[in-house]
Amino acid sequence: MIDTLRLTAEGANDLLTRGEATRDEIFAAYRAAIDERDSELHCFLHVCDDPPGEGIPIAFKDVVSTKAVPTTAGSRILDGYVPAYDATVATRCEGRGLRTLGKTNMDEFAMGSSTENSAFGPTRNPWDPARVPGGSSGGSAAAVAAGLAPWALGSDTGGSIKQPAALCGVVGLRPTYGTVSRYGIVAFASSLDQIGPVTKTVRDSAFLYSVIAGRDERDSTTVDLPEPVRIPEPEELDLRGLRIGLPKELNEAEGIEPGVSEQVSRALDLARELGAEIGECRLPRSVEYGLPCYYLIAPSEASSNLARYDGVRYGLRSTPNGDVRAMYDRTRHDGFGDEPKRRIMLGTYALSAGYYEAFYGQAQKVRTVIRDEHAAAFEQFDILVSPTSPTVAFELGARTANPLAMYAADLLTIPSNLAGLPGLSIPCGLSEGLPVGLQLIGRQFSENLLFRAGHALERALEFDFVPERLR
Amino acid sequence: MSWEPVIGLEIHVHLKTRTKMFCRCPVAYFEPPNTQTCPVCLAMPGSLPVPNRKAVEWTMRLGLALGCEIAPRAIFHRKNYFYPDNPKGYQISQYDEPLCVDGRVVVPGPEGGDSEVGIVRAHLEEDAAKTVHVGGAEGRIHGAESSLVDFNRAGTPLVEIVTAPDLRSAEQAKRFLQLLRQTVVELEISDAEMEKGSMRFDVNVSVRESEEAGFRTRTELKNMNSFNFAAKGIEREIKRQVGIYEGGGTVEQETLHFDPGNESAPPLRSKEEAQDYRYFPEPDLVPLEPDRELVERMRGELPESPSARIRRLEGEVDFALAEGLVTSGRDELYSRIPGEREPVANVVMNELAATGVDPAAVNGEELGKVIAARGDIPRAAFTEALAASASEGFSAERYLAEAAIADVSELDPVIDRILGENQTQVEAYRGGKEGLLGFFVGQVMKETGGKANPKVVNERVREKLSA
Repeated sequence: MIDTLRLTAEGANDLLTRGEATRDEIFAAYRAAIDERDSELHCFLHVCDDPPGEGIPIAFKDVVSTKAVPTTAGSRILDGYVPAYDATVATRCEGRGLRTLGKTNMDEFAMGSSTENSAFGPTRNPWDPARVPGGSSGGSAAAVAAGLAPWALGSDTGGSIKQPAALCGVVGLRPTYGTVSRYGIVAFASSLDQIGPVTKTVRDSAFLYSVIAGRDERDSTTVDLPEPVRIPEPEELDLRGLRIGLPKELNEAEGIEPGVSEQVSRALDLARELGAEIGECRLPRSVEYGLPCYYLIAPSEASSNLARYDGVRYGLRSTPNGDVRAMYDRTRHDGFGDEPKRRIMLGTYALSAGYYEAFYGQAQKVRTVIRDEHAAAFEQFDILVSPTSPTVAFELGARTANPLAMYAADLLTIPSNLAGLPGLSIPCGLSEGLPVGLQLIGRQFSENLLFRAGHALERALEFDFVPERLR
Repeated sequence: MSWEPVIGLEIHVHLKTRTKMFCRCPVAYFEPPNTQTCPVCLAMPGSLPVPNRKAVEWTMRLGLALGCEIAPRAIFHRKNYFYPDNPKGYQISQYDEPLCVDGRVVVPGPEGGDSEVGIVRAHLEEDAAKTVHVGGAEGRIHGAESSLVDFNRAGTPLVEIVTAPDLRSAEQAKRFLQLLRQTVVELEISDAEMEKGSMRFDVNVSVRESEEAGFRTRTELKNMNSFNFAAKGIEREIKRQVGIYEGGGTVEQETLHFDPGNESAPPLRSKEEAQDYRYFPEPDLVPLEPDRELVERMRGELPESPSARIRRLEGEVDFALAEGLVTSGRDELYSRIPGEREPVANVVMNELAATGVDPAAVNGEELGKVIAARGDIPRAAFTEALAASASEGFSAERYLAEAAIADVSELDPVIDRILGENQTQVEAYRGGKEGLLGFFVGQVMKETGGKANPKVVNERVREKLSA
């Protein structure tokens, strides 16, 4: 019997290429793991039976359009919607023989940091089912951590890959904006949304990134990669010459748990031993204004992106008495949860005549300031490091009554996201028995460097990604 | 008191690109509903727009032809509103950074009276789907039992041209629109066929006292699709506004929907809603930064403008003919036909146009010979020659050989007989009703099967009647 808990995607692929397991045996092993553990964890919204492909399985966050496979983005309003086309990332995965295992749970329209905003019920953290897996890609992160999928795709707008990866003890990459196609990705905030891999190892992350990245003629905002993706060699363990910057505001922010800081420090000590030079830098305005800036830009774009859900062409349609306008109103009333409604209202307000300059316009200017501040830091350093999340996984329900406390979960991931920069979160230890994530931020298109550094640290840290209670 | 109308236009032109503005669905007008669609133009979740390069280039070409500057950087905006014809909930359009700005078009008028119309902007956007509201009043969404949506048209590239309020009469507005239509057709970027809806326009009208500075409240006449209809609508609206002011009232800002089928019906009115479109830059698209070399090359390749051609032709024929030739696109043929200019222009605009032959296929050289000999050949032969002028191997010789009967000895007996049979009319003519001359000539022409030389018949009949 194949032990999916320990199996990396690379390992699963080795079994296949060495003839030690067939594609059906591998697929069946993950299906069995889902049958065994997903009733408790609720990582999947839909599981596929016999998908095409000769390779290993992959799970997609339910924001990825998959032809003939239901896609809801965690929302009631897309209940029953079955896309007529594949997202480019799904096509690219399929092109490499990857088999669609299923669609993973998420906060509705990727709005949230705990996966509790899913219209179909929350996902639980494999390390402690009383706790959240983070979000919005909580289903993907929990599925990989619990051995329900060898790897998965998530989407990251304000930290939705990096943060759940941190809270579930797996590796999450938010790629440089524009390197991965958004075609077929249910849009939340178009200028921030990026698709990226959720994996157990950095090598898996680099490999999956190489599958999905690159210009797509269907997404005008994509570009060619300046250099091919380089997957680190297994034995690489060298950080000599690497200049690591520690942004003071990201490492000393209010609300960072001492246990989290401790694990980050341990990782930095190891980095120093591997030859890295470590120094401090500042990102004062990025951290102070990042969150407010994000909560103007993302809801503004969302208010427009979510306008298409009107009950006319797909998904839910509520039919009250009255005309088409009454149908719109009721469909949107019934179909959207509280968080999308909150953000639609915020965004509509921020874009309104008379408020645009003060809110959306101002936020765009702040975004430029944040970009410049990061660029200045990268004149001295090759990567910037901080905790991914201020805290370890919190308990279900702990923040649902307080949206601002929930928004603060992304405090450390949002600034570099606004700057369009890539970020890699790797597990760096445990605090209170729960995983802590280390965030590595790079210059635009510096994924190869993030993989190299992440892989070396991963080896040095020797983190065991199998949740203790499942070992 | 003397009133001056102030008129501005907003014109929408469908580009005849092969595919839509932001997806690669065919632009097709008469296909079964919802067959020319894809995830992008149906606004399926996750679909993204990709701009049509041709549409961008054609808009630049039009902008240059209208004397516009091509912006070094232009961006698309989202214009947000809910309506069943707008599947994304927003239209991708251009807002404060359009592709073409600050143009100028010369509108030649009679007696050398040129005027200039400023072009504020020309920008690119996507058209909406087509909706049909079933049941309820006036085919409008309000109160309809159901609405049908055809997404075939959704995403068709549309150029919007906005003029400055520089026009001062309905006639001038019509003239400008004809010139614009001809420009678009000659650039081969649109059919600009109003029946098909590929060109339509809104008119803003206000009036002010002569010498008055500034503008008064304007009203908007929506979705006009005929030049004559627009001219009538403008004139009626000017009269209405003047009437209001002279009665001591004030004009309210409103939109008037005229019904072209029923001119006497009162206009439907809708108060100008303070609609907030929440424009913001379209994050799914990157800015357009037109290649300057391409812009200069396109500028160099522009054909001579219709305005310039009207001015040029005015040296040869009168203004109405010059304008008619150019705005009907017949001036190219006109200039290929040798001979006396005024008769050539008249034949091209009237008799030849009536035959429906393709002007581009007409052999001008040969047709010129026929026109020159017009008086000496039978009318029937002349008409036949016109109809055949675009056929392969057309030669004047055959028609010129059919010389008209000019022989008096042959014509006299016929004339005598006609006069004998119409004694009453002969008396009347001699009593002063000289207009009857045409009647006699007509009878003779009929009798000879159109083969008589009309000039000779004319002279001969007159002689005999005054004898």
